[in-house]
Amino acid sequence: VMASGYSAKEEDGHHSGALGPAGGAAVRSRKPDNTAFKQQRLPAWQPILTAGTVLPAFFIIGLLFIPIGIGLYVTSNNIRELQIDYTGTESSSPCFACSQNYSWNMTTPCVCSVSFSLDQPFESNVFMYYGLSNFYQNHRRYVKSRDDSQLNGNLNSLKEPSKECEPYRTNDGKPIAPCGAIANSLFNDTLALYYNDPNGTETQIQLVKRGIAWWTDKHVKFRNPVGDDSNLTAIFQGTAKPVNWQKPVYELDSDPENNGFINEDLIVWMRTAALPTFRKLYRIIEKNSSTSPTLPRGNYTLKITYNYPVRSFEGRKRMILSTISWMGGKNPFLGIAYITVGSICFFLGVVLLIIHHKYGSRSSSADLTH
Amino acid sequence: MDSVMSFFGLDCTKKKEKEEERHLRANDRELNLSYKYATNAIKTSKYNLFTFLPLNLFEQFQRIANAYFLFLLILQVIPAISSLSWFTTVVPLVLVLLVTAVKDASDDFNRRKTDRQVNNRRVSVLVSGELRSEKWMDVQVGDIIKLENNKFVAADLLLLSSSEPLNLVYIETAELDGETNLKVKQALTVTGEMGDCIEKLAAFNGEVHCEPPNNRLDKFTGTLTFRDQKYALDNERILLRGCTLRNTEWCFGLVIFAGPETKLMQNCGKTTFKRTSIDHLMNVLVLFIFGFLAFMCTVLAIGNGIWEFQEGSVFTAFLPRPDGVDASFSAFLTFWSYVIILNTVVPISLYVSVEIIRLGNSFYIDWDRKMYYPRSDTPAEARTTTLNEELGQIKYVFSDKTGTLTQNIMTFNKCSISGKSYGDVFNFAGQRLEITEKTEKVDFSYNPLADPKFSFHDHSLVEAVKLEAPEVHNFFRLLALCHTVMAEEKEEGNLLYQAQSPDEGALVTAARNFGFVFRSRTPETITIVEMGVQKSYELLAILDFNNVRKRMSVIVQSPEGKLSLYCKGADTIVYERLHPSCSKLMDVTTEHLNEFAGEGLRTLVLAHKNLDEDYFREWSTRHHMASTTLEDREERLDELYEEIEKDLLLLGATAIEDKLQDGVPQTIEQLSKANIKIWVLTGDKQETAENIGYSCNMLREEMTDVFIISADTPQEVHEELRNARKKMKPESEDEPTIIQRGILDKKSKMLPDETVDGEYGLVINGHSLAYALDKSLEQELLRTACMCKTVICCRVTPLQKAQVVELVKKYKQAVTLAIGDGANDVSMIKAAHIGVGISGQEGMQAVLSSDFSFAQFRYLQRLLLVHGRWSYLRMCKFLRYFFYKNFTFTFVHFWYAFFCGFSAQTVYDEWFITVYNLVYTALPVLGMSLFDQDVNDRWSVQFPQLYSPGQLNKYFSKTAFFKCVLHSCYSSLVLFFIPYAAMYDTVRDDGRDIADYQSFALLAQTCLLITVCVQLGLDTSYWTAVNQFFLWGSLAVYFAITFTMYSNGMYLIFTASFPFIGTARNSLNQPNVWLTILLTSILCVLPVVAYRFLLIQLCPTINDKVRFKVRQAKVALPPPSFRTRLRRRSSRRSGYAFSHAQGYGDLVTSGKYLQRGAISRGRGFSSSIQQRSGALQEMPQMYRAVKDASQ
Repeated sequence: VMASGYSAKEEDGHHSGALGPAGGAAVRSRKPDNTAFKQQRLPAWQPILTAGTVLPAFFIIGLLFIPIGIGLYVTSNNIRELQIDYTGTESSSPCFACSQNYSWNMTTPCVCSVSFSLDQPFESNVFMYYGLSNFYQNHRRYVKSRDDSQLNGNLNSLKEPSKECEPYRTNDGKPIAPCGAIANSLFNDTLALYYNDPNGTETQIQLVKRGIAWWTDKHVKFRNPVGDDSNLTAIFQGTAKPVNWQKPVYELDSDPENNGFINEDLIVWMRTAALPTFRKLYRIIEKNSSTSPTLPRGNYTLKITYNYPVRSFEGRKRMILSTISWMGGKNPFLGIAYITVGSICFFLGVVLLIIHHKYGSRSSSADLTH
Repeated sequence: MDSVMSFFGLDCTKKKEKEEERHLRANDRELNLSYKYATNAIKTSKYNLFTFLPLNLFEQFQRIANAYFLFLLILQVIPAISSLSWFTTVVPLVLVLLVTAVKDASDDFNRRKTDRQVNNRRVSVLVSGELRSEKWMDVQVGDIIKLENNKFVAADLLLLSSSEPLNLVYIETAELDGETNLKVKQALTVTGEMGDCIEKLAAFNGEVHCEPPNNRLDKFTGTLTFRDQKYALDNERILLRGCTLRNTEWCFGLVIFAGPETKLMQNCGKTTFKRTSIDHLMNVLVLFIFGFLAFMCTVLAIGNGIWEFQEGSVFTAFLPRPDGVDASFSAFLTFWSYVIILNTVVPISLYVSVEIIRLGNSFYIDWDRKMYYPRSDTPAEARTTTLNEELGQIKYVFSDKTGTLTQNIMTFNKCSISGKSYGDVFNFAGQRLEITEKTEKVDFSYNPLADPKFSFHDHSLVEAVKLEAPEVHNFFRLLALCHTVMAEEKEEGNLLYQAQSPDEGALVTAARNFGFVFRSRTPETITIVEMGVQKSYELLAILDFNNVRKRMSVIVQSPEGKLSLYCKGADTIVYERLHPSCSKLMDVTTEHLNEFAGEGLRTLVLAHKNLDEDYFREWSTRHHMASTTLEDREERLDELYEEIEKDLLLLGATAIEDKLQDGVPQTIEQLSKANIKIWVLTGDKQETAENIGYSCNMLREEMTDVFIISADTPQEVHEELRNARKKMKPESEDEPTIIQRGILDKKSKMLPDETVDGEYGLVINGHSLAYALDKSLEQELLRTACMCKTVICCRVTPLQKAQVVELVKKYKQAVTLAIGDGANDVSMIKAAHIGVGISGQEGMQAVLSSDFSFAQFRYLQRLLLVHGRWSYLRMCKFLRYFFYKNFTFTFVHFWYAFFCGFSAQTVYDEWFITVYNLVYTALPVLGMSLFDQDVNDRWSVQFPQLYSPGQLNKYFSKTAFFKCVLHSCYSSLVLFFIPYAAMYDTVRDDGRDIADYQSFALLAQTCLLITVCVQLGLDTSYWTAVNQFFLWGSLAVYFAITFTMYSNGMYLIFTASFPFIGTARNSLNQPNVWLTILLTSILCVLPVVAYRFLLIQLCPTINDKVRFKVRQAKVALPPPSFRTRLRRRSSRRSGYAFSHAQGYGDLVTSGKYLQRGAISRGRGFSSSIQQRSGALQEMPQMYRAVKDASQ
């Protein structure tokens, strides 16, 4: 385009091509270089879809996927999982009363117990989750309502939280720590599990609260602010607790390694879920002896300190006990999907084979004329 | 590049107070300055250091794409709307702006440099009575400047005086219009008298009134008032800036227009933008995409409204709404939030990538050794880098003839002398041999004056000359005497002929080599060397050529005193004037003529007669009387000529080959196999054009019919066209069926293609074409012409060439290409979608206005069948893939909206969104679009049918786009719901979280990236190492960047920007994550593979077949066979092919055109100046075709 305009260079008579070889031998030839790149002759692999490649591929994928799928499915089925919904919206539910008269700043906790029995013993470590449904932890306004710097122990952010935290940024002129809607809505039901011995005694099962968060979260992403004083209470002086919380952040746990921002329950909650139905790791029941199962067959009681309101938005609360495998928790989908896709591949392979036999000659070049 | 042009448009048409008339006085700076005319400084650069940033940004944001992204950026800084961080838009936008700015800056810098160079050239200016060397930029209107030989003209000047007699100057206008031949300009006598007398020139105070600055190169009107006398000024007196002074020692000129007001500069801004059909389609699609975007956003906004109303209002305990935001307002905000998120359907990098791909493919054209012409050291050149893919869609090629199909070199090939034919070579068995490069040439070394470049293969003719056969001698004597060629002998024995037509040059050169050397001429004599003996013939009369006479004669007196008339002309014309005694010879010669004509040679018949001296004296007096009368001079002269040119004795006939460019018939054959229609538009005569049509295989004897349209009235033209159409297709309707092309613009109509059985040709002459191009007949013309395989338009003016192109563009939804070499092809080159210039033939004008240029017509085959096809294929593949990958990317957000409360939450990490197009997927797709080829160049040429998908828009169209959208829809569904189901309520293998938002984002983006990479792999058919590197490199870079961005270090430094700390480590070590990725990618790709495989099996395209064949062949292709042209035997009689202009006889006798030095100055310039300028008009002027058309 440019060349069609006037340019002084062309006025000079140095335009391309007009002079030709008249310039003399000194002028370098304008013959383009003979390189594979410039001549578009780069060596290349030119695969095309032929029956010889496509059909075997289909069969191989089919033959590969079906066993994988079966393996996955079996693994998933071998995982023991127990879910107990304790939302308490139904009048028959033991937690009905707690769910009905609820308010955030309740002083006396409402406790309800749910009994259940295990038909099969849970071997190895058992993981206890709480599950929430219809809870939009992935809402954009919710997701961004946090201050990572504050949670990382930045003292400036502690005093001056990010604007993203609004409206949970300050309370009574004091900065909220931890600020934001996520922290504010921290799940605060307390779950306790009791084994009802056949002899009638009720033994509390030891629930481990450490090691439920990602290592990176616990050690890198979340840090308590460090001040002159090693005392958390002193460091958090001048901050307000989140509106819905009953205790300030430095009183979440007595263990100093699990208190403040590095409280693992907080960390787990702060890792927002991708979907409105989610479960979060609550406690771990560690296997004690190699001989007896972690949770033997029998009756259990789940005691819930009911603090967390979900009724208003038709949410559900669950307690889940689950063992795990190499592929994580119970999820039969992957297994089924692999089996289905494998079968379809195999079937498609057969169909394509038939079609190729019947019509394959069309792509040959018999009718090509020069 | 756009900006460059827009600048020119801006600068050249800058609004000023409209100048009605220019007035200036020589040597009166004060007065001239008062008018504030532009000075001679030019400024084509547009920025300086300070204005660059604001101006350039302003220009860049005028482009819709950039403005759109600026708008998005503004949306993003509104906190309530911002769904993405500002950097997701800023990073790509800044990158794009930066690249463009750097390019603009370097362009501008170069322009600045050349400006400075030009402005600082020195020229002698007459200032206060003395000549001073000044810079060009200091020259002002009204100054008198002195120019020297071989110097550029500094401004538009009024020529005042020159060193040459009669105040002539010779200029070369190659930079202006591309013509390399010299033109003559002449000063007024009154100013010319001043000569180089500085005092007189300094005292010159003439006043000029003339037209205001304009861009017409061929016109000038004004008056000069000097010493109370008014003199008319026209273009003859004006030297334009950009010309070069040649063969003139010095001249003086008065500056009329300077700098930006010169005609050259005024001419610079008129280039219209050419956009490819893909561009147009893309514009439509982008509009469609915007509509679609709005639709998606509306759906999501409504969804958000419903969600906020039903769920959000009860969820406020956990997620309070900002003050004053209710459900409907939230929906409104969400609409804009989603506009931001989903904007990736119209990605900014699309435009950048398209430009890069086109640029890359243009470089391939520049680099192609197979389009390099060694003889003139000219490589092919893609002058416009934005039209490449259109080269793969050409349906109509409009070609010039002379210089394009033919070399415009005439060679004396054969002759027939008194019944004997010479020129063929026979072997011992008497069989005629094909003449090739290797055939032994006749040795002319006995003749010291022979032209070494001349070659002839038949030895018997030399023998005949040496045997001194009188007919043979007379034959060559005629050729040496009867012409208007000028000879220049710079050094002894080194003769240079300047012929007005190449035919004549060929004939005189032939005579020269056979021993009848035309050496020099004066107005009264012709000196020839006959077999080594120098003889001077008295030239008594030239009976000049014109279109009616179709012959020319000379009457000469030999040194021995013998008076003879020599005549050469068209066979039919000369035959009528032969003496009856020649009848037997006529028959033999006619046979020879037919034979010559059948081989596509141009023929002339030669005859002579001896004159009686008394009769001639008497005739001569009458001739003198006739030529001085004022009434009916032409007729009376014609009568006299008729009278003397009779009872001629036949000497023989000559046959001249109008040499085709190399490989023209093969190229045409290939192109027509590729379903490309070739129309030849030439200024030549019908006979010549037909002749060439036959010799380059466009017209063939075996064609069903060749229609010739040559009528004088519109009715006849209509009748002939309709008859031709009825003959081809009797059932065709009289009223054409017109397809309305679009619903929106009712104006664009389309004529569908009509197919006919058999092959037809159409030849239409300029006169008929003028009628046929009329509104009422144009559809008829087009229908008839498009039914024919070959269309030849002859005697076409440059304007008509453009009209024909426009006609096809208007009614056929087809891409057109015009190819030509001369200034007369410029209009058609500009009119067609693609203009191709043949470089190195007739100056540069065609090349300068062309989009692509190369040295030989045959390269067109490679340009279209190889480069064009590949460019189109690559561009289409790129667009299909690009839309696919971006739609897939974007649609996942759409599905996610249903699970995140329509809150405009993104599925992916923001950084991934930022760099997805720019880093992760940019190079692999660029690699594909720069290297991909379905089959290599030799197969592409071998199977021209491969070209047709481009003509039918097969690879990228609205349908293809729609398929892309569907495909993306499917992929995005898989990409969202498989990870969704796989991660639903699941945990890591240590029981911890993995269904969190960040892990899900990472999983989704990894699946997406791997899927689009696999898809790219599936689309790539030519895997070079670079492709492999780009693809694997991109994946590697993705993981590298991801791990880096999600690392502890990055988080600790930029806490707020990289919240995804640890996500990669924690989720990519999970087997089920990888199993999900595998499943997703396989599921996305499988149906595509199955579908494509089925297509290949059930309805394979030509492409599939060829690729299959290539696969089978494995062995290298045999080298393409260049079949030698079949010799045609036909009864066609080639017509008078004497490409000659009238009026040269006058020039020759007046002596004005003679080389300086050959005659003493002043001699022979007896006729008045008026007559001379009349004669000058006959000389080839600015445009060759004007000359053609004026015949």
